[in-house]
Amino acid sequence: MSVMVETLNLTKSFGPITAVDQLSFSVKRGEVLGFLGPNGAGKSTTMRIITAFMAPDSGTATVCGHDVLKNPMAVRQTLGYLPETAPAYGEMSVEGFLSFVGAIRGMDGAELTNAIDRVVELCRLSSVRGQSFETLSKGFKRRTCLAQALIHDPPVLILDEPTDGLDPNQKHEVRRLIADMASDKCIILSTHILEEVDAVCSRAIIIDNGKLISDCTPEELRSQSVRHGAVTVAFEGVEVSVAAPTLGALALAEKAKVTEVDGAPAVIVYPTGEKGLAAGITELAMDKGWKITELHVERGQLDEVFRTLTARGGE
Amino acid sequence: MQRILTIAGRELRGYFTTPLAYIFIAAFLMLSGFFTFKISMFFEAGQADLSEFFVWHPWLYLFLAPAISMRLWAEERRSGTIELLFTLPVGVGEAVIAKFLAGWALLGASLVLTFPMVITVSILGDPDMGQIATGYLGSLLMAGGYLAIGCCMSALTKNQVISFVLTAMVCFLFMLSDMPVILDFMEAGPRWFTDAVASVSFLANFDSIRRGVVEIKNLVFFLSVIIVWLYACTVILDARKSA
Ligand SMILES: Nc1ncnc2c1ncn2[C@@H]1O[C@H](COP(=O)(O)OP(=O)(O)O)[C@@H](O)[C@H]1O
Ligand SMILES: [Mg+2]
Repeated sequence: MSVMVETLNLTKSFGPITAVDQLSFSVKRGEVLGFLGPNGAGKSTTMRIITAFMAPDSGTATVCGHDVLKNPMAVRQTLGYLPETAPAYGEMSVEGFLSFVGAIRGMDGAELTNAIDRVVELCRLSSVRGQSFETLSKGFKRRTCLAQALIHDPPVLILDEPTDGLDPNQKHEVRRLIADMASDKCIILSTHILEEVDAVCSRAIIIDNGKLISDCTPEELRSQSVRHGAVTVAFEGVEVSVAAPTLGALALAEKAKVTEVDGAPAVIVYPTGEKGLAAGITELAMDKGWKITELHVERGQLDEVFRTLTARGGE
Repeated sequence: MQRILTIAGRELRGYFTTPLAYIFIAAFLMLSGFFTFKISMFFEAGQADLSEFFVWHPWLYLFLAPAISMRLWAEERRSGTIELLFTLPVGVGEAVIAKFLAGWALLGASLVLTFPMVITVSILGDPDMGQIATGYLGSLLMAGGYLAIGCCMSALTKNQVISFVLTAMVCFLFMLSDMPVILDFMEAGPRWFTDAVASVSFLANFDSIRRGVVEIKNLVFFLSVIIVWLYACTVILDARKSA
């Protein structure tokens, strides 16, 4: 696997605000990198630097080996970019707009027509092909702008909140589209929807205040959750307040707390780290003659990890 | 080159789909006709030349050129398409030239559509066609000057109204820079400076052209105005395209 996008000590300030702070990471072909962070973390700014729209104050980024400062044209040729606001020229039709972008990218004749047909199909735009951009719904606007980013079938895709403003069905479609393209491209997408990371990303990095605070797979990220491996269990024939201390005393349990599952009382048992907690609980319940009505092993919650990592004082 | 044509074509089509182009051409024809016939008393003057037609052009462009240029960059900024445009493989200079050419083509088309003036003078008398051609060429170059100032002002803001007003103000100063009002201001300054200020007057540079006298220095003047302001526009965009 080859590195296709790389940033090195990227820094960019706006007046007193350091939007991106010494940020270094790299992304390989075949990877879908989820770029996470709270609003204002510096995700869009980083993407604008990678796409050679904005120059960094210091540090640099390379795309397919081309430096964004030394060779911005080559960088722009190799990537497709969906800006956060999904902009396009309002008075142009979807087809006219795609044809404009294709022509700028050096396509013409049959090549251009085929490229337009391909992305219209991919992004499900055939019903609005002739409609002017300003009259489209939010979801169609975003998909039109996504189509623009795909028109030259680029090896690198930079997508700034690609599913923002889409309804659940459209979100699903776009994620599927991204997943389908993932194998031979390098894709970076920013999001603050954590289920998206689960759905499409092979790796996730979290930035906050412009600084990198985590870089791992979604699975590793989740395992940082205190709930990772915890078991939620509900019983019949015993009060949860009675069961909880007994469960907490298990060798494999760190502690047990009373909780609720869909409004019904339950116990959550946190593990010490070793495996086998669920089996231990089942055994104990059989010994005591408690009937288990529900048992669920927590995978850990991304949003909990996200909040822990990016929590700021007072917020 | 191909990219310049693509962008210019898009811009020009934009003028026609938002019916700005039609309104602009209609306004240009009506106003130039009104001033020439009603204010200058073209028929009564009984001269078979177009100097009374061209004399109004600096004033028409003062308000009409900013109307064309105001959206060129301000609108890209407002709608965020500037981020799209400059993440496509397009150089800032290319885009500046392309947009300028689109606006200039629209101004040129309006000028061409004043051809009934030429027919009228040919019926009235026996005009010097070379003089008329010079007048048109000069007027087109001067229009380019106004438009280049407008491009540059448009790049400063995302608000089209501000862009319009700024352009009209700067153009007004350039138009009248040899007027006593302005020169009196600079009396304290050195002589060469007042001379320099006076020599960039659009009106002074256009005056001999409109009478059909081709002076290379006047044509070079307007060409330089175009180049200098478009260059300034490129510098501004380079520095602040993401601001
Ligand atoms: N053009 C700009 N001028 C001034 N400040 C900016 C500009 N762009 C971004 N910022 C600031 O930089 C920080 C990071 O913004 P951004 O990269 O848009 O964050 P994100 O995309 O993660 O929400 C924010 O505090 C934002 O206000
Ligand atoms: Mg953002």
